[in-house]
Amino acid sequence: MWELIKENERKSWILFISMGFCLSLLGYVIGRVWFGPDGGLAGTLLALCLWFGLALLSYFKGDSILLLSSHAKEITYDIHPQLFNIVEEMKIAANLSSMPRIYMIDDPSPNAFATGRSLEKSSIAVTAGLISRLNRDELQGVIAHEMSHIINRDVLYMTFAGVMLGSIVMLSQVFLRSMWYSSGSSRRYRASSSKGGGQAQLIILIVTIAFAILAPILARIFYFALSRKREYLADASAVRLTRYPEGLACALSKISGSNTELRVANKITAPMYITNPLKRKKIKAVGLFSTHPPIEERVRILRDMMGGVNYSDYQKSFSKAKSGTPAIMPASALDDPAFISIRKPIKDSVKAQTKKQKARDIGDLMRALNKYIFLVCLCGLKIKVPPNFKKPKVSCPRCKRQIDVPLTDLKTAASVDIKPQVYIRKTKSWETFKCSCGKLLQVSPRFGGSRITCYACKRKIEIKSSN
Amino acid sequence: MMFLGVFLAIAILGVLYLVGIYNVLIRLRNRAKNAWSQIDVQLKRRHDLIPNLVKTAKGYMAHERETLENITKARSQAMGAGSVREKSKAEGELSGAMSKFFLVVENYPDLKANQNFLALQEELTSTENKIAFSRQAYNDQVLFFNNKIQMFPSNIVAQSFNFKTEEFFAIEDKQERKVPKVNFS
Repeated sequence: MWELIKENERKSWILFISMGFCLSLLGYVIGRVWFGPDGGLAGTLLALCLWFGLALLSYFKGDSILLLSSHAKEITYDIHPQLFNIVEEMKIAANLSSMPRIYMIDDPSPNAFATGRSLEKSSIAVTAGLISRLNRDELQGVIAHEMSHIINRDVLYMTFAGVMLGSIVMLSQVFLRSMWYSSGSSRRYRASSSKGGGQAQLIILIVTIAFAILAPILARIFYFALSRKREYLADASAVRLTRYPEGLACALSKISGSNTELRVANKITAPMYITNPLKRKKIKAVGLFSTHPPIEERVRILRDMMGGVNYSDYQKSFSKAKSGTPAIMPASALDDPAFISIRKPIKDSVKAQTKKQKARDIGDLMRALNKYIFLVCLCGLKIKVPPNFKKPKVSCPRCKRQIDVPLTDLKTAASVDIKPQVYIRKTKSWETFKCSCGKLLQVSPRFGGSRITCYACKRKIEIKSSN
Repeated sequence: MMFLGVFLAIAILGVLYLVGIYNVLIRLRNRAKNAWSQIDVQLKRRHDLIPNLVKTAKGYMAHERETLENITKARSQAMGAGSVREKSKAEGELSGAMSKFFLVVENYPDLKANQNFLALQEELTSTENKIAFSRQAYNDQVLFFNNKIQMFPSNIVAQSFNFKTEEFFAIEDKQERKVPKVNFS
């Protein structure tokens, strides 16, 4: 267990440093081609600075960048008690000291990912599609998988690696484009260099370009190879946490059954999700560029675990499914002291719903997340009031009854008052007063009417003179 | 002189090694304690939820007075239990009474449609899970800790600093002890 995590950490450091090495080498060749032989060192230094900066950025802001770019919203207990409970269950099973934050992505494609920098500061994000499709046990399996990424210390390094890979790809793209469109600077440099070295320069240039093309590919292969293996490991840990492989297996096959693409995912973030959010074509062989192992294989391994939930049981099933591949777990993780059997499935506390009802529930969930309020009309219709609704009453679309909008619940509560406001003039000159929405209003000396309208909240305010 | 230096270096390394083992033992024991406190928290949560459940269910299931009384009785027994063994026995009984109750609930569609009850049921299901998971986490930790205490070379440190093996939180409910059937459907 501990050795497993140590091994993971060690590999992550190797990846991290080799990414830095790749980046600085790229910096070196780019610097050399752009600014001459002296530019090489400067380029390396710049690349190292970039590497360091990116490392700091992904350490402190990596999770928020990732969550923001996938339009995830944080949810609380009130919005989805079951999801919150499941995460807490897994937190307890993993013996974590603090609860990860839970985010939700408004997307019909079922998927989930975890991010964060440590055990204490981590987040789990799930899509609305995931919640609508899975039952309690399946959801638990998925959350356990994400929790395993957190306890196996995958999250920080995946974020690191993602950011690094992104920058390497970007840098080499910029370089190659510049070579393509204006090779002027490099030509100038070649002309001014020593006459005998023309051929050697050409060779260097070719090597450079080849490297610039290869670097991102290599980096990507490293990154994806690491991420594939970690998916298996996280599956194994998830089973260990839930003691119920069937939950995760069912969830995975349900997820693979859907063929909607996740809109907010891209090539860099794809390895962080539980299944590949981009490609939905069925691919049998594991290519060098696939970010995830094929789902069918993961499901088969999970279902072949013969009654036990230990790492050794997973390893046995794994080597049965993929004979010839080396073990994915260090030997120390395998000698579990005791056999632990699979538990019973938990009965779903929420009764089976129709598809329509479920879709409706998810819609309501997203609305609750976006601070809508819900009113129930006497005729039984549920009315959803958006947060920017300004009127004090809403008419029911079915029975045309007028229903009071509880303004205290709305963000704009202050903007509509039931009681009319009154302002009493003190003098006959210009006067300024505050509307109850907070905006300043002015009354001119020539104003002769009885009420004015606030320009911001459209509230009518009665004006009276003092005498 | 050379010999003395080498001897000193080995001695220092040895002491550092022992200190390392001692720290690992302490860490494991603390983790086990933390896991135990989690069990306590969840058991208390269940005790708090049960009166609400009984209150909600009473109106709907007049014919199941016995089931409800059993739950209440098991609860008060569990709340009074002291030692680990007593506790695990009483809590096992409470779990049994609860699962019986949830079986009976199937016959009361009105109760199952009650929003209040549904929310309570999710809470209780989750609390049951949390109890199971915290027990699992505690037993895992205890297993690590006990192994460390009994195995060489950490057993030397453990003995000299008087580390004692911890007790497992065992399952006393007969129903739970049966080998679970796995349903692949």
